[in-house]
Amino acid sequence: MIEAVAAVMLVSLIAYCVLAGADFGGGVWDLLATGPRAERQRRLADDAIAPVWEANHVWLILIVVLLFTGFPRAFAAASIGLHVPLTLMLLGIVLRGSAWAFRRYGGRARWGRIFAVASATTPIFLGSALGAITSGALRAGPDGAPELGFFRPWLAPFPLAVGAFALALFAYLAAVYLAVEAADPELRDDFRARAIVSAVVVGACALAAGLLTPPGAGHFRETLLRSPWSWPLQLATGAAAVGALWALFTRRFRTARALAVVQVALIVGGWGAAQRPYLIAPDLTLQGAAAPEPTLRLLLLALAIGSVVLFPSLWWLFRVFKRA
Amino acid sequence: MDDVLFARGQMAMSLAFHIVFAAIGVAMPLLMVLAEGRYRRTLDPDYLSLARSWAKGTAVLFAVGAVSGTVLSFELGLLFPGFMRHAGPVIGMPFSLEGFAFFTEAIFLGLYLYGWEKLGPRTHLFAGCVVAASGAASAAFVTIANAWMNAPRGFRVESGRFVDVDPIAAMGTPFAAHEIVHGTLAAYLATAAAVAAIHAVGLLRNPRSGFHRKALGLALALSVPAALVQPLTGHWAGHEIAKGQPAKLAAIEQLQRTQSRAPLTMGPIEIPWALSILAGNSPDTVVTGLEDIPPADRAPPLVRAFFQAMVLSGILLGGHAVWSAWNWIRRRPPSGRFLRATALVGPLGFLALEAGWIVTEVGRQPWVIYGVMRTADAVTPMRGLVVPFIAVSVVYLLLSAVVIEILRRQFREAQ
Repeated sequence: MIEAVAAVMLVSLIAYCVLAGADFGGGVWDLLATGPRAERQRRLADDAIAPVWEANHVWLILIVVLLFTGFPRAFAAASIGLHVPLTLMLLGIVLRGSAWAFRRYGGRARWGRIFAVASATTPIFLGSALGAITSGALRAGPDGAPELGFFRPWLAPFPLAVGAFALALFAYLAAVYLAVEAADPELRDDFRARAIVSAVVVGACALAAGLLTPPGAGHFRETLLRSPWSWPLQLATGAAAVGALWALFTRRFRTARALAVVQVALIVGGWGAAQRPYLIAPDLTLQGAAAPEPTLRLLLLALAIGSVVLFPSLWWLFRVFKRA
Repeated sequence: MDDVLFARGQMAMSLAFHIVFAAIGVAMPLLMVLAEGRYRRTLDPDYLSLARSWAKGTAVLFAVGAVSGTVLSFELGLLFPGFMRHAGPVIGMPFSLEGFAFFTEAIFLGLYLYGWEKLGPRTHLFAGCVVAASGAASAAFVTIANAWMNAPRGFRVESGRFVDVDPIAAMGTPFAAHEIVHGTLAAYLATAAAVAAIHAVGLLRNPRSGFHRKALGLALALSVPAALVQPLTGHWAGHEIAKGQPAKLAAIEQLQRTQSRAPLTMGPIEIPWALSILAGNSPDTVVTGLEDIPPADRAPPLVRAFFQAMVLSGILLGGHAVWSAWNWIRRRPPSGRFLRATALVGPLGFLALEAGWIVTEVGRQPWVIYGVMRTADAVTPMRGLVVPFIAVSVVYLLLSAVVIEILRRQFREAQ
């Protein structure tokens, strides 16, 4: 049961990255919009985000709720140790969501700048928080405060590399999606080029994060290098990445989109699987942080009932707005 | 000030900000749907442009509400990890259900706001109805979590740990029913009264506008019944508080002596027996005074002022509602004086909502879980909380100013 709740959390994180991640990425391309078509690029990203971003955003709320209901000790520990990056992430989320709505409905272009900058910084804090959880540096001292203070666990090379990785992935996803959604061939080429460049940056960030894995993340690295499932998984991830790139080169945009989604899902899923059995390495395991059984049982029941409403609704939303 | 106060201040700031948008997120969809429903039946284009301009305002307000709500779900842990560590498994259920209700609301709001051309007329109206229903449901669920903090059930404390956790019993907290009814009604009342005020101003400036007249009619159709019923639900709440939280009841009157025939002060006026009647429907009801509550367990005295602000606002809104109902029965068109009064009482709903929320929350102090866990024991070991407090406050004040500015502009454009 513990594993089941953890699996739902991981799936929600994947959904958040694949869906809301692309909304952040849309903001990145707003920031980096250049050339004679800059305004049209911004408009395309804005229209793509508009109907879905609020629904996409709820995946994050679901993750938080699952974490504090199902694994309250981990929620408390992460909230204390990662107070600073999480607060910065929240400020980014608030500014970004509000600025987006202000620009769209208030007609003030200057909010676009805030939306774009907040979109580009928030994923870094999200990624570095996740990196800190893996790095083994997030340990509580005897008084409950983090042993290494409130900055060192996440303001370190590995978490920051994960932050950059998250940003690159989100930008990459957005570029691929926008290449599919652009009706205009010129715009499509703009985003095709952006997707190819960001795919390369994604690879570089992945390599950097891999090389910077600290000794504290020993379990994570060992699992990723030695467990029986890890090499097939890594090969599949690599194949999806190369396949997406090939599809972009050969202008098979829908294939590229599908492969990019698979790629990101495998990366996040692989991260989660290699974390197991830890929620916050090396002190809090899933087992050790879990809520009592009646809570987990009811939580799974609520999730089952909730998904009966959720998935058809989501399907409808995306069918109405994202079908070519 | 110490860190506990800054943590409480940040939480208060975040909630005071969010609650406005949350209330609007509950009530505006209902108004939108009413307007669109009228349009589908009457084919009067005024109702269509009304539904569309309300939808435009809602889009901005809902976006701010969604992100500021996210902040709160994190802040529970960022500021009070000791609370969430123990309470999470007990009250996670209503939060999870709220998550799904909010998911539904966000999905269907997307369909509603951006689906005018893509969905059929019935389907579009249906999407709006789902938004209105799921908005009310999510408000109800999240209120259950708050009710539990005031009247905790469904667990036992054994040497500092919460054992025998029973989330269903926790959701059955005796405070849930009245908090849901009183709180949700407050959301409808506050929003509809404010909307009525905006369109009353529109009518004063442009008396021939059918658009504003119809808008005012719909808003009053929601705010008037809510304002008339709200005193009764408030009385019910007073009743439950007398049973479950005597310290809060003593604090709202700063009643020193435990006594029957306890009075209630409203501004300069002291109403004899009123507190006893609020507590138990009879002047003979004995109300616990502060003398019987240990000083360490007393709520801050400032709740008294907020309680009075809430009740006085409610009385004024109630009076205005009677006037509206009278106009309606006599089929009288709104006079200039009535419109000016409507504009004046417009902000009172939100004032009452904020004040009532402060009474609920500050009145629970010094406890985060009433009688079980003190707020000071739940706070994070993080120091320097003044920094996030100031950051959050500055951002929220700025956003409030911008939202007001944007709504004003939308209003001008809608004329």
